[in-house]
Amino acid sequence: MTMQFNDETFRGDYTFHNSPEAIRRFPFPFDRDSYAYSVNIEQHPGGPAGSPFEFAFDVDEHYVAEMNDRAITLADDPMRCQSLPHMELAGWDLLELIMVSKARDYPELFSLSRDGTSWHWINKPLGIEQRFTFLDATTLPCGPLEYITRQAQGDFALLHEREGNLWLDAGMITSQADWSLDFDVGMNFFEWHAPVPKARKMGVFDKALKFLLAVTQEQSYRRLNWTMTVNPRLDTSPENYHKWGPEKRTITPENVGAKQFLRVELQTFWRLPRSNALAFPIRCYLCSLEDLASQPKWARRLHRVLRDIDPDLAEYKGFAVNQEMIVKYLAQFDDGAETSPGIFPD
Amino acid sequence: MPKTVFSPSIDSRPTYPGLVSQGAVPGIMVADDAGAAALIDLATSDASVMDRAHVLLIGGAETTATRLGNLTPKALHSAPDLEAAAPLFDSLLLDARMGTQLYLAGSEGLIGFATARATAAGLPLDAIQSEHRGPIGRRMKCVHCKGITEDVLTDPFTCSHCGLTLFVRDHFSRRLGVFQGVCVDAETPGDIPETVEIRA
Amino acid sequence: MKKLVVKVTEVEALSPLVKRFRFEDPKGAALPVFSGGAHITVEMPEGETIRRNSYSLISDPYDGSAYEIAVRREDMGRGGSRYMHTRVQVGDEITISAPANLFQLDLRARKHILIAGGIGITPFLSQLRQLDMEQKPFELHYAARSRAEAAGLKLLPEAAHIHVHISEEGARMDLGAILDGQPLGTHVYTCGPDGLIKAVADQAARLGWPKTAVHSEAFIAPPPGEPFEVVVRSSGQTITVKADQSLLEALEAAKVEIDYSCRGGACGRCQTHVTACDGRIEHNDHWLSEDERAEQKTIMPCMSRFKGARLELDL
Ligand code: HEM
Ligand code: FES
Repeated sequence: MTMQFNDETFRGDYTFHNSPEAIRRFPFPFDRDSYAYSVNIEQHPGGPAGSPFEFAFDVDEHYVAEMNDRAITLADDPMRCQSLPHMELAGWDLLELIMVSKARDYPELFSLSRDGTSWHWINKPLGIEQRFTFLDATTLPCGPLEYITRQAQGDFALLHEREGNLWLDAGMITSQADWSLDFDVGMNFFEWHAPVPKARKMGVFDKALKFLLAVTQEQSYRRLNWTMTVNPRLDTSPENYHKWGPEKRTITPENVGAKQFLRVELQTFWRLPRSNALAFPIRCYLCSLEDLASQPKWARRLHRVLRDIDPDLAEYKGFAVNQEMIVKYLAQFDDGAETSPGIFPD
Repeated sequence: MPKTVFSPSIDSRPTYPGLVSQGAVPGIMVADDAGAAALIDLATSDASVMDRAHVLLIGGAETTATRLGNLTPKALHSAPDLEAAAPLFDSLLLDARMGTQLYLAGSEGLIGFATARATAAGLPLDAIQSEHRGPIGRRMKCVHCKGITEDVLTDPFTCSHCGLTLFVRDHFSRRLGVFQGVCVDAETPGDIPETVEIRA
Repeated sequence: MKKLVVKVTEVEALSPLVKRFRFEDPKGAALPVFSGGAHITVEMPEGETIRRNSYSLISDPYDGSAYEIAVRREDMGRGGSRYMHTRVQVGDEITISAPANLFQLDLRARKHILIAGGIGITPFLSQLRQLDMEQKPFELHYAARSRAEAAGLKLLPEAAHIHVHISEEGARMDLGAILDGQPLGTHVYTCGPDGLIKAVADQAARLGWPKTAVHSEAFIAPPPGEPFEVVVRSSGQTITVKADQSLLEALEAAKVEIDYSCRGGACGRCQTHVTACDGRIEHNDHWLSEDERAEQKTIMPCMSRFKGARLELDL
């Protein structure tokens, strides 16, 4: 089956949409009817066929449109992609990981031939063909991190390990839940997580860091994180907050189902071979409340989670102002029935 | 003015535990007028700390320079402000060897500026000591236009570059030596909270 | 955990006590590349039990055609090195882990100083190649008692910034001279006996080097000790840990599922919750904090032991 790519936008007229198939495979993040921060980590890749967990790097119907949106954001603000000088090797590691994975998992879309350090890469959906020398940045149009992440959905952080900590020393960040790479670059695990309420005291970050430091080349991992976004906007950056902020106040009881999106981040962790850096891809999936409600289990559960959530978390995630309207909308789908365990629809 | 005690905050917000002499080792000391008092206290605790120290006084009064000179450091340099001091500071760092201690005293802006430059030159963070003295004005970076506004004393404040009204966060970047300012009325333009003085 | 089965394709005596081993994929496939300073864990089946020792990789990190290690025979040790020296032959297939790195270079450094004592030369051999490729300034200092014992000599290139100090010939390593006057942003790395690691750390401290610029890797092998007993909570099973066995090895021999990676108390993988402790845990790891040690509520079975009446693990 060849994949159809949507013609859609993530800004302006917001023509983003999910096909029924995309809704069914949406990575719904709640495996129970309540939510608290935890070290929710499992092995990756691996999951039901067709799910976003099946392959190392999921490619879906939004691929081409997301890459176009990234290009617009970068044209406006090149600082969304940064790499401190010692991180170039990690950029090559990431490029190799993504090219090899995509060519293996989606042979009808991507191909990679390698003869020693002479590489030949073909990306059919984006119409790109590139011959280059691996580890020689002068043979690519830009640095390896920027080159490959202009062709891969989701944000990417590259972490340097030292002093028993991880340092956010490179990244491509254009679809973030309100944090700034330009500001956070160079910070360690506790510094860049500093704005998150409660979690440090709960010990979540100490445990998570210890876990991440122990990740080896042999096995990669994933976790899901989530927030709420008004309109299907990828670039909810602090840089442009004054531009998208007003849209947050346009929710009404009539439009909340269509305009309010659950935003899920599929975060994965990879130990990179040559640099020993850690790659942290953050893939963003959006689904409107209306579309989520097509799965009765999800609507019931989301209602309970958002109704009962800790007010500090609702504030931090930025949906406290609309919480009442969201919960009221979702209430109509919650008949009080029990929900089955796990994240997949019934 | 004594050492400033700051209220507890988030993990990215720097703390300034105060200067402790590492003895007669190669040193670089950077201070403003208020910070000079911390250097004097340091030398009082151990006069030998000045033996191999370059002291860089920024925007200090003549009398302050005289008092620092009386501590007989290896060399005493003066500059009117941070920008003017940068080339000299950089060249001291360039000549420095492993084992050099950096002592910073004065405003958060000064400490942040010097820390960022020194770490970029390869000095590890654990070779840097700092002590806050004087006014608590912050060096703020506008997350929107990236412009830096020095000595911000109120929350919110007006970005001196793009004019947006910014809220003062405790989130701090050591690489840049700045706190983050974020538009305070992004969601409801014009709806600006009452201006208050920032606290230590 | 994904294991690799490799074929031994070369065994060479580098010195009376040290042998070099070369491993390749049996079908000639590429092995995962790695970073300078990485190690692998080698499995050594002996009767019922499998012993596992970690060894630094000494080959070119970006070359997946083979892995090489150098093993010093330690007759006083727990038997792993004796197994490698006496049992492993060209043509054998053995099982190893994928590479992991607990001793990586800080790639930000303006300059790297590598100090090796004896067999501690091994992690630096792969790092040298990485530094060459990255074109980073470095100095390597290699100390050994005698030329005959200095197995690394055969593996080191001749180069101006590689210095060999043979104490028998009166060329002792002068740490003060090595560390004094190095440019800002220099990092020093030591691998070798505890005494050398401590001497470098002390000298660096005397010269005012910040701790974060001083790195070391001790030989990672669990210390032997007195035998002791441990209870597995889920099954109630009591397991005896022999004097020359680690707790991790004893659990594995008893078929208790437990995760690990470094087997040297550095990676955190094997951390296990203690559900009852009447006695004292001997924490030999580099992972737990002082507070965690004092609490006696968690143990690193790859390195740590126990003295007392009862130790029960949440397994
Ligand atoms: C090393 C890779 C990671 C990176 C680069 C990363 C980055 C971030 C960033 C930039 C934020 C936003 C902070 C802000 O508000 O400014 C964040 C939030 C957060 N992170 Fe991480 N993180 C990583 C790993 C983890 C792991 C392993 C956990 C496991 C518990 C975790 C838990 C969280 C939580 C709970 C939040 C708050 C999110 C929310 O409520 O929406 N992070 N992370
Ligand atoms: S296996 Fe690494 S700490 Fe025990």
